[in-house]
Amino acid sequence: MTDKPKIPAIDLKQLQFYYQNGGWQLNLPELTLHCGQHLFVRGASGSGKTTLLNLLCGITRPVSGELYVNGQPLHQLSSSARDSLRAKYIGVVFQQLNLIPYLSVLDNTLLSSHFAGQNKTDSVNRAKTLLQRLGLQQDLWHKPATNLSVGQQQRVAIARALLPKPTLLIADEPTSALDSDNRDAFMRVMLAEADANGCTVIFVSHDQSLTRYFHYQLDMQQLATGVQPC
Amino acid sequence: MLMKLARLSLWNRRGTVLMTWLSLTISIALLLGIDHLRTEAKSSFTSTVSGTDLIVGARSGQLNLLLYSVFRIGNATANISWPSYQRIIKHPQIDWAIPISLGDSHRGYRVMGTNTDYFSHYRYANSQPLVLAQGKPFEQVFDTVLGAEVAQKLGYKLGEQIELSHGVGAVSFSQHKDKPFTVVGILARTGTPVDQTVHVSLEAIEAIHLDWQQGAPMPGRQLSSEQTLQHDLTPKSITAFMVGLKSRMATFTLQRQINEFKNEPLTAILPGVALAELWQMLGMVENLLLLISLLVLLAALVGMITTLLASMKERQREMAILRAAGAHPWYLFVLIQLEVLLVTLLSMLSAAALLFISLYLLQDKLAADFGLFISLHIVKLTTLYWAGAILLLSAVLATIPGVLAYRKALADGLTIRL
Repeated sequence: MTDKPKIPAIDLKQLQFYYQNGGWQLNLPELTLHCGQHLFVRGASGSGKTTLLNLLCGITRPVSGELYVNGQPLHQLSSSARDSLRAKYIGVVFQQLNLIPYLSVLDNTLLSSHFAGQNKTDSVNRAKTLLQRLGLQQDLWHKPATNLSVGQQQRVAIARALLPKPTLLIADEPTSALDSDNRDAFMRVMLAEADANGCTVIFVSHDQSLTRYFHYQLDMQQLATGVQPC
Repeated sequence: MLMKLARLSLWNRRGTVLMTWLSLTISIALLLGIDHLRTEAKSSFTSTVSGTDLIVGARSGQLNLLLYSVFRIGNATANISWPSYQRIIKHPQIDWAIPISLGDSHRGYRVMGTNTDYFSHYRYANSQPLVLAQGKPFEQVFDTVLGAEVAQKLGYKLGEQIELSHGVGAVSFSQHKDKPFTVVGILARTGTPVDQTVHVSLEAIEAIHLDWQQGAPMPGRQLSSEQTLQHDLTPKSITAFMVGLKSRMATFTLQRQINEFKNEPLTAILPGVALAELWQMLGMVENLLLLISLLVLLAALVGMITTLLASMKERQREMAILRAAGAHPWYLFVLIQLEVLLVTLLSMLSAAALLFISLYLLQDKLAADFGLFISLHIVKLTTLYWAGAILLLSAVLATIPGVLAYRKALADGLTIRL
């Protein structure tokens, strides 16, 4: 059922989140993204980006409202069900230091398919293809992740996020540690791979210049109300 | 993958893990070692004498009698006269009797006067008879049969001449210099005080004291070995004797009869009961040692958990990455449990190896210095119980960092706080 193209990658209605103690509040009236549609979320630090990401990844549950990822009601699922959902349908890339230092590049990549419970040999083959397409040659695969440059590390993170063929790729300022040349190369290769997998990208950044890569954009300032600590 | 993660994560922190492993290894080896030693010591101890139904001596406490007759520790308060001995062993229920006469020594080793019944009837461990490694039992008056350790330590061979000393100190001022003994036999090792005993005949004990009175040589009345042989060497008294009965049913009857013996105040003890009583006293020390080693183990385990807790901070990123890749918090909990179990398991293996090697190296020394025969079979049922208990304990303690990782994973979400 979930494979039908009509089902949006992400669909949320009247999403609301706030902490018990604070006056701060996050409101998302409506957002629907179909597979392959990319969204740029702009916001400074402290604007609730992390909260939004935690909501979208299923780490935290919204206080009210509905949130569907790939047709699955994330707001209703138990925490372990949300975890397995994240493993299968959502890839996450952080700002930096995405890799576990003591694992090899290949093992770092394979983590996601392991948690998604996918076939090992099949995953290894796909991981190798994916790494190659992201410009990470064979001689790097068995090196410890820490031996790589920051740009290379971010590409490994992309490979890991995309390996279980997720419907959603959530990237939290993945380019902030890169110089501009690397940044553009990274954006191109990330979006190309996401497109090849039919994956929707939600990209969070405060870097205005990156909006040109995206179909849609969202400003955090419009979502959050109340006191905003900086 | 879980295993690989645990393994590589430990390897990544090998500095602290190494120290944890070391302290756990030492404490587990200590615990297993003490447990092993006490069971071995107990079996070695309780097997000192076997097959003997009663030990009879002059009236005294049962421990005192047991200690001097079996363990050659301490001294008898009084002797048993030879006629009394002769009279008692005529009892129809008595199968055999071994007379014992103590009081002399040879370079720190006790000399025991007895007769050849000793070699045929004395039993130790599981009813094992004494075996002569070399030579034969004594026949002549001035023949001696050495315990294995005496021969080994002092380097005596068959045919060698030795002199006895009066009294039981390692250094004695009064020697029976004029009456040397010839080594005619050396017993095989038994792991009991027999190994540390110099055996001579009762007649020899009588002979070397013929020219003594009140515990000192009488001046001007010294007799040579040959001269003594002209005298009647029937002993006047013995220190104690061991009795084997035809039927064990008679044990208590005979014990009562001996205790109520009219001619002389005597005490008869059941060696098994006396050994158990003695072991109970020693058991206090043994239990204390075990308790201390348990506490040492606990300290080592707590140390491991402390280092783990300390490492949780630097591992926050690792946990967040795993979580982002789709790991349930439970997975992190299990990962930490697995790491703890791996370290504990590894420590147990190395502790067993350490214990085995040290026992292997110390075996001879323990046997020689303490008469303790410690087997190298450290893996037995109780060891497995200990291993299980240690693993369980470490798993229980590991829930602390495990739960911490779990809860932090839930609270922090995907954010990484540096």
